[in-house]
Amino acid sequence: MEVPILKQGAVLIATFQAALSDADLNHLRSALVQQVVRFRSRGVIVDVTAMDVMDSFASRTLREIAHIIRLRGAETVIVGIQPEVAFAMVQLGLTLEGVATALDLEEGLAYLNQKFKTMK
Amino acid sequence: MSRVEIRVTISSDQDIVVARQKGRSLALELGFSSGDATLIATAISELARNIVSYAGSGQIALKDLQGSTRVGITVTASDTGPGIPNVSQALRDGFSTSGSLGLGLPGVRRLMDEFEIDSKPGQGTRVVVKKWRP
Ligand SMILES: Nc1ncnc2c1ncn2[C@@H]1O[C@H](COP(=O)(O)OP(=O)(O)OP(=O)(O)O)[C@@H](O)[C@H]1O
Ligand SMILES: [Mg+2]
Repeated sequence: MEVPILKQGAVLIATFQAALSDADLNHLRSALVQQVVRFRSRGVIVDVTAMDVMDSFASRTLREIAHIIRLRGAETVIVGIQPEVAFAMVQLGLTLEGVATALDLEEGLAYLNQKFKTMK
Repeated sequence: MSRVEIRVTISSDQDIVVARQKGRSLALELGFSSGDATLIATAISELARNIVSYAGSGQIALKDLQGSTRVGITVTASDTGPGIPNVSQALRDGFSTSGSLGLGLPGVRRLMDEFEIDSKPGQGTRVVVKKWRP
């Protein structure tokens, strides 16, 4: 199952589906990095609203994505972590340290726009 | 006695997704809240991934748990892989032989109510976890 990536100006938006396998997540990581390079994007939003489970593999992959993209000089923000999923992540001991998060797509965009202003 | 038993053969990353989805639906059928079903599905995901990563293949069995006054779910992850030489070390947060986060087993223990692990080097690993409906 592929994750659709939408280009909106300087921002790329990737929307997760409910049931992503490890291979899907790995594929998303390379696709996002490729597109950030190709479009010279300045920000990436990963929307995980539909995600059923955020286990150690998924959160490690999200962290990697954010770190690689930062090395390209762009910012990543994860949006839409559901309260139940967040609770399970805490129990498991997972953190998304060093990765920006926001409530939803709108707030994620607002966060990035704010970042772009201060980056100028 | 349990009434339902669902077995999922685990040999690829796609099977991890199948196992956790079946676990979530059984949990919901047994009357767990959607929040608890997410905790159970997350635990299944970690156990199934360990099977794929370290043993290559194995099985996840999902069963209802009938207590005298309450209901729950049992998840059994078993494989005939290399086993874990030092189980207490493997249960520590941050211990990993694969350069990963080392949160799977200790995390599953926190997510569920009961946790049992039996592993023999060269013979395999069996993890049995239970969660009761509050
Ligand atoms: N089914 C298994 N067969 C053999 N060894 C296992 C099995 N499950 C776990 N282990 C061993 O126990 C260690 C700890 O497992 P745990 O799931 O806690 O962490 P991890 O898999 O290394 O990292 P993470 O789950 O956070 O990605 C593993 O690194 C591995 O050496
Ligand atoms: Mg693990």
